[in-house]
Amino acid sequence: MRITRRHFLTASIAATGGILIGCDLNGTPTVQGATNGIEFVPNAWVRIDPDGRITAIVGSSEMGQGVMTAIPMLLAEELEAEWSSIRAEFAPADKAYTNPVIGQQLTGGSAAVRGFWQPVREAGAAARMMLITAAAERWGVDESTCNAEKGEVVHPDSGRRAGYGELAEAAARLPVPESVFLKEPDEFRILGTSRARLDTPQKVDGSAIFAQDFYKPGMLTASVVRCPVFGGKVGKLDASAASAIPGVKEVVNLGDRVAVLAEGFWPAWQGRDALEIVWDEGDNSGLSSKSISRRFREALDEGESLRSEGDPEAAFERAEQVIEATYEVPYLAHACMEPMSCAAEVREDGCDVWVGTQAQTRTRETASRIAGGLLSRVPGLRQDSVRVHTLFLGGGFGRRSEQDFVADAVELSKRVGRPVKVIWTREDDIRHDYYRPATYNRLRVALDGGGLPAAWSHHSAGPSHGAASNMGGARNLPYSISNLEITYASVDVGVPVGYWRSVGSSQNTYITECFFDEAAAAAGRDAYELRRELLTEHPRHLRVLETAAEKAGWGKSLPNGRAQGIAVVESFGSFVAQVAEVSVKDNKPQVHRVVCVIDCGQTVNPNTIEAQMESGILYGLTAALKGEITLENGRVQQSNFHDYEMLRIDEMPEVEVHIIDSDEAPGGVGEPGTPPIAPAVVNALFALTGKPIRRLPIRL
Amino acid sequence: MITITVNGREQQIDVDPQTPLLWVLRDNLELTGTKYACGIAQCGACTVHLDGEPIRSCVTPVESVDGHSVTTIEGLSGDASHPVQAAWVEEDVPQCGFCQSGQIMAAAALLEENPTPSDGDIDRAMSGIVCRCGTYSRIRRAIKRAASAGEA
Repeated sequence: MRITRRHFLTASIAATGGILIGCDLNGTPTVQGATNGIEFVPNAWVRIDPDGRITAIVGSSEMGQGVMTAIPMLLAEELEAEWSSIRAEFAPADKAYTNPVIGQQLTGGSAAVRGFWQPVREAGAAARMMLITAAAERWGVDESTCNAEKGEVVHPDSGRRAGYGELAEAAARLPVPESVFLKEPDEFRILGTSRARLDTPQKVDGSAIFAQDFYKPGMLTASVVRCPVFGGKVGKLDASAASAIPGVKEVVNLGDRVAVLAEGFWPAWQGRDALEIVWDEGDNSGLSSKSISRRFREALDEGESLRSEGDPEAAFERAEQVIEATYEVPYLAHACMEPMSCAAEVREDGCDVWVGTQAQTRTRETASRIAGGLLSRVPGLRQDSVRVHTLFLGGGFGRRSEQDFVADAVELSKRVGRPVKVIWTREDDIRHDYYRPATYNRLRVALDGGGLPAAWSHHSAGPSHGAASNMGGARNLPYSISNLEITYASVDVGVPVGYWRSVGSSQNTYITECFFDEAAAAAGRDAYELRRELLTEHPRHLRVLETAAEKAGWGKSLPNGRAQGIAVVESFGSFVAQVAEVSVKDNKPQVHRVVCVIDCGQTVNPNTIEAQMESGILYGLTAALKGEITLENGRVQQSNFHDYEMLRIDEMPEVEVHIIDSDEAPGGVGEPGTPPIAPAVVNALFALTGKPIRRLPIRL
Repeated sequence: MITITVNGREQQIDVDPQTPLLWVLRDNLELTGTKYACGIAQCGACTVHLDGEPIRSCVTPVESVDGHSVTTIEGLSGDASHPVQAAWVEEDVPQCGFCQSGQIMAAAALLEENPTPSDGDIDRAMSGIVCRCGTYSRIRRAIKRAASAGEA
């Protein structure tokens, strides 16, 4: 056990008569509220009911990454609860659930466990200590003579025991301890062990509720048509045919988009097809992938410096050999399986939003801004009267941190005075994403007389969600190279961009790790051995790299026509190396096997880590083999899964995951599996064919 | 008026006969376990059984199933006890979960027709159902687990 000065904690009596332990990371208590008829202290992290049931209240969003199991595991560990007595439910939007790593209630950046590792364990520990105190007081014994184990407080000297449920109300009346004792890692019995996901039962019987499924009486379903050209507006609208369709209730012109609201999705969809809209396409109607690429290329030399070490210019001057290449990556859509959807009800006394969102803080702000004019008529009702009910996310990958679909629902409910559910079509989803940025890159490497890289230069240009975040995976190049220059030129071309699983690392790891292999080949070196030589100052990179090579049998003989490629990267506090084994059939790459090694520090749920590595690999591999959003006449040319293709089960390689045993601080797992797969596959193809692949998706 | 039997219950449906079965299930019968994800039979999230056969409900006009029997995820077992659902729990298959109703309905239909599928059989039966989360390896394992449970 070790003592820690805790974050701000609160305790109160639950409506059920049990205890609620809250954890407000901002240090100020928040008001009580009610959601959906269930009484609720908004900042609670755990509720213990008199019947002994323990509910972990999860402020992070479950989009498949397993957070609805990981957070409860953190709680249960310190609470000394029986795992089988733990349930999980979603928290409301409340600043108590602000992720300390991010500064908002937002699930992204693989930050949930990293952010809540300490405060949630503290909440569990405080509850445990209060339950022990309550039992000691009841029995008239010193609390130091009592222990907590498996959901009970025991007094070994007398053999007395009491369940948490029966102690909960008495514990709730006690002051929260000033400091709490946290377990040492060698005392963990839940953390680091594989646990089945708590949300699996709901996801195998169809009962899990996504925003697409939400319904309340009186609700209309809306389909929203946006201008096919980004930034365009409605010019002329003729809604007469649409309004005549049975079931269509309203057509609303929102200026830059038109919504058809109906009794159910089908009439809404038919209604949108019947709309006659002349768009004012604005300034972007001439955009094409070709013109965008040219603008990036022209901006290449005007980038902002993100890293500069040594004297690259001089090093290139005196180099024995200079290798230069240009790399390009396309825009990518997220293509979550659930197209964007959101339900909202704006009333004079408040606004409710039911949504699978990654970003509760922003959702609340969006709803407050849009509904605000109406809400302000009631004194004292402003943001606090906006309640966000988080539902399951049918995929997130960064897309569900955006606000466009939330704005649709809130705006429409405000206009029509009824609850409204917006369901985007797949076509809307593909054509109106916040895309992963396309970039154009020029790389140079100088080799010295011994074939070692003496200088590395990477100039990149593309649209920006922040140059530093755009260049994740490039600016943190881990190799010992004395002279480096890394720049990014931000060029806004009017295509919306956003965060896409693993952000900059998703594309830059491909670019840097593949160019590295080109350099190794030019120097006549084995790509793996050269990495080892240049990673001596980065032991965690080196360890995953060497483990991956060993597990994959790097350098050993392979079946005819197959080759291996390797890549290593640090992202979101974790280190991942992958070895891909590929062949080519009918001029198409076949990926047979991927060995993946991750060092994510101390682990929470190895079951989830393994699943997230498979997940990240599938996501990155789909992009590498198939993903490309192109533009012509200002329009995205892809629209659905027939022309924006997804990897299917018959294309899924065999994936083998190894987790490094580590006592380092926890790292992320939702994203770090994605970056290495594209370069591992491309490097394998380079080894097989001798031809570098300098743009994605891979075309042989 | 269209009559269909859904999960064993006869239902009278009064909608535009062209309405896809998917939206009748979701909006009229409040069976939301069956999902909309593409609307053009490209992803299989809307897979249900029509007289035991897997179909894409998003492109199936409800009039074309008049008089027939439909099973959705909610009616596959009623209590998640179907061997495929049990295997899905054992292998902890779902991630985001959105595609899983379609995956489970496709897998159940596969095993009904072929109780001991090979990897190739699984590929053929399941490649129509897209998962973005990467649950394919576990789906494969769960189908094999359900198959061997059926053999025992």
